[in-house]
Amino acid sequence: MEGGYIFDEKDRHNAFISTLDLALFETNGGPLEGIAVAVKDNISTAGMPTTCASRILEGYVPPYDAHVVTLLRQAGAAIVGKTNMDEFGMGTTTENSAFGPTTNPVDPGRVPGGSSGGSAAAVASGMVDMALGSDTGGSIRCPAAFCGVVGLKPTFGRVSRYGLIAYSNSLEQIGPLGKTVTDVNTLMSVIAGPDARDSTTYDRPYDHTPDPDVKGLRIAVPEEFFGEGVDPAVSAKVQNAIATLEGLGAETIECSIPSMTYALAAYYVTCTSEASSNLARFDGVRYGPEVPAVRSWHDEFKTYRGERFGKEVQRRILLGTFALSAGYYGKYYAKAQVARENVRRDFIRVLKDTDVIAGPTMPSIAFHLGEKSDPLSMYLADILTVPANLAGVPAISVPCGTVDRMPVGLQIIGPHFADEKVMDVAYAFEQEVA
Amino acid sequence: MVNESDVEIIAKLADISISKDELGAFTSQFNEILEYFDILDQVPPGEEGMPDLENVLREDVVTPSLSQEEATANAGETEDGFIRAPKVM
Amino acid sequence: MDHDQQVIIGLEIHCQLKTKTKLFCGCSADFQGAPPNTHCCPICLGLPGAMPRLNKQAVIYALKVAKALNLEVPEYSEFSRKNYFYPDLPKAYQISQYDKPIAEKGYLEIEDDEGHTKIVRITRIHLEEDPGRLVHKTGRDRAGYSLVDYNRSSIPLIEIVTEPDLRSPKEARRFLNKLRSTLEYLEVFDGEREGSIRVDANISIKGHNRVECKNISSYKGVEKALNFEITRQRNLIRRGQYITRETRHFMEGRGITTSSRSKEEENDYRYFPEPDLRPLRVRSWLDDVELPELPDARRDRFMRDYGISVNHARTLTGDLKVANFYEQIAGVDPKLAATWVADILLGELNYRSMKIDQVPPINIGDLIALIRDDAITDKSGVEVMRTMLDHCLNDEDCPMPADIVEETGLAKVKGGEFDAIIASVVEANPQAVSDYLAGKKGALNFLVGQVMKETRGRADPKVLNAQMSTYLDTLEV
Ligand SMILES: [Zn+2]
Repeated sequence: MEGGYIFDEKDRHNAFISTLDLALFETNGGPLEGIAVAVKDNISTAGMPTTCASRILEGYVPPYDAHVVTLLRQAGAAIVGKTNMDEFGMGTTTENSAFGPTTNPVDPGRVPGGSSGGSAAAVASGMVDMALGSDTGGSIRCPAAFCGVVGLKPTFGRVSRYGLIAYSNSLEQIGPLGKTVTDVNTLMSVIAGPDARDSTTYDRPYDHTPDPDVKGLRIAVPEEFFGEGVDPAVSAKVQNAIATLEGLGAETIECSIPSMTYALAAYYVTCTSEASSNLARFDGVRYGPEVPAVRSWHDEFKTYRGERFGKEVQRRILLGTFALSAGYYGKYYAKAQVARENVRRDFIRVLKDTDVIAGPTMPSIAFHLGEKSDPLSMYLADILTVPANLAGVPAISVPCGTVDRMPVGLQIIGPHFADEKVMDVAYAFEQEVA
Repeated sequence: MVNESDVEIIAKLADISISKDELGAFTSQFNEILEYFDILDQVPPGEEGMPDLENVLREDVVTPSLSQEEATANAGETEDGFIRAPKVM
Repeated sequence: MDHDQQVIIGLEIHCQLKTKTKLFCGCSADFQGAPPNTHCCPICLGLPGAMPRLNKQAVIYALKVAKALNLEVPEYSEFSRKNYFYPDLPKAYQISQYDKPIAEKGYLEIEDDEGHTKIVRITRIHLEEDPGRLVHKTGRDRAGYSLVDYNRSSIPLIEIVTEPDLRSPKEARRFLNKLRSTLEYLEVFDGEREGSIRVDANISIKGHNRVECKNISSYKGVEKALNFEITRQRNLIRRGQYITRETRHFMEGRGITTSSRSKEEENDYRYFPEPDLRPLRVRSWLDDVELPELPDARRDRFMRDYGISVNHARTLTGDLKVANFYEQIAGVDPKLAATWVADILLGELNYRSMKIDQVPPINIGDLIALIRDDAITDKSGVEVMRTMLDHCLNDEDCPMPADIVEETGLAKVKGGEFDAIIASVVEANPQAVSDYLAGKKGALNFLVGQVMKETRGRADPKVLNAQMSTYLDTLEV
């Protein structure tokens, strides 16, 4: 038996790339029965265009559902549309979209964050209750923080990536966004678990009811999360939030994560390297707008990719190609992997004596549209989110107040497979300030 | 430091055509970013990580393939079930 | 041979593994003759978001090969991406193994040109996926285009790399034959599948640059390509010219190699670990890998159990199917069967481009029994075999040798019939008889020849010779 969900909200923030007027869902008593869910447009949906916000995938309709989409359908969700994003997930603002930028529902003159900006804006504006995003270096948590919603990047391997159009396989995870921790928790319980089609998944399903009791919780507060480059007003808000948790019985421990010095470089070398390989397949032969067959292969292909990839995507492909090329692999890619392992070990070390790490999600509030035009300064905005991806640990962003009327996100990071724990802490905070 | 002709070589390796006007901007952005990446030179020697999952394998059992129609549905042009591509030369 | 002209050859051999499914997806690997793009799924088409899943059987087959070729299996191995653009490569990278292959450092014993045992070192073996298949088209309205079929995409290959230990094209051919039979004995490889083996050969003359010959897709081709290259390189050296270090393509049809300056060759493959697969730790699995009797062991057993010569034993065991065929009929008469299979049947099959499994062993066994029992002569035996094979070739029921003998009257000439023919030949050739009686012993051969002609080879020449002399000697008295 199937029900229908009429979805005709006006998309004021360009949150969607494609929508269904009537999204069917299964009325089977599943946990998401009849709930409108938006899906980021880099997650494959059978019969629905999946573009990654790129002109190179214009018109591509996958013949299969991503594993998480199958799970959503089984849970009774009404998939109402595919959300806008930075092309292939490459960006922090959702301005790098072939379909134009998404705007922030809190202040349409500002960016919603990225790259899952469409998913965050769709939730923040009330168009949907929940949405799926993907987080390679903060792409769920950043827009959650900027738009004032909740977003979780699960432990690497806890949610299947089968059907997620790869940007950087070793770093990214699909994860839930929602207005409340409870919604995020519900969506996580639907999408998590092993999948034979993704060889990197663990047999760790998620079945949890958030527990707001944080008495005795040990919170590590690394100095690097409040250092140079972090807006003092944002720091202050987050310190307040941590104090709120202390008020609920948690204790804080100051600490240091020295490997964070190298985290951003390690992240960008890794993700651009993997991206240069992942995005090489877009050639207009098997899918995507047709490549002409007039000139020779390389000539046609070069022009096609030069015209259809956006500038940021081209920049990252070139950076990654360079980082992997003969003579530079050792200096860039190999070194980045060592730095990455150091970050992972640092997190494991800190989280051995503590339960979670807390800090700001983003070093600032949402930028104005067009404010950041220099690539490097844009990359630097990811400094607080990329470490969790490098380490593979779970991290959640939960709203903790505003600065200049713009939302600020509190980031809670836990050890591997402690998705439940970061959910509990976020829930405790949310319930306290509600 | 890379110069414009280095960037051209990389673009060729990546099969992306970069117009002459863009080349200058790309090169300077590239240098700015690579300079930032140089911080990796200071990473103390160490090991690369090893994933903790091992021997993730599937049994040799046939599962259904797509039909020819489905397999070629997103292709631009087909001919007798083949997918058409520019010539390789 | 001039020692300075020493030839140095190393091979990289790609063999298709005989798994049911592809290396990274569940599509059937049995695509021979299937319409294009019908053995494909999101994974082997490289559709966005699809992820590879490693076939366990391919890993086990690789370990079998590793054990048979005496390789060491490292604690860890992993898959890497080899990045390059080609329309038949749907992901624009091939999932292969780079710095952590599944096995390293082994060897295979072959015979060198002098017939001595020689060790050829194996550098490594690794698993990788095959690309799809391209068909080049020339259109009237276009400068030409390609058609792609991805049925072959992700078929499992094992790449076997040797050290530069081979010293002649013949030796290279022998190595390949030995390798092929070993892989077939292991039942991991079907040498008869189209494109089941592809070879890249590195060849140099001592002291000069190395040239890589790519694209060799047959056993004969390897010898041809290497011979061509040696001649080409020696000529250049004789003329005092420099040998360019390069990649050359073998044009199978023309039997020559040509320089290929395509971009692909200059490519920088930018290998890095495949992030969607996990490492292999399978050294301990080797203990559970059981090897069947391999060609050398079987050769020795044939010599021991059947008392046949080393040459026959080697020929018979060089091909698994031939060896199995022989063992089914060896009971009739092991030595006679070895001679008839190794020296006659294989040649007759080859002449007809037939495979040994097109002939029922019982037919050949019965034929050998007729010869053993003196019912037909060797010459008639060959004739019966040819008649039989011609029928088999045409997909008719393979006739039994006894029926052919019956139908064609090839039964050995004996007793009274024999005496009558001798008498009639003697009577018809008085000149030869008197020559013989006058002491020209050569006339005997003429008379014997006449009888052979009359009997169409049904007479046993030895017996005939004796009988004819006796008969003539009687006349003399
Ligand atoms: Zn397949």
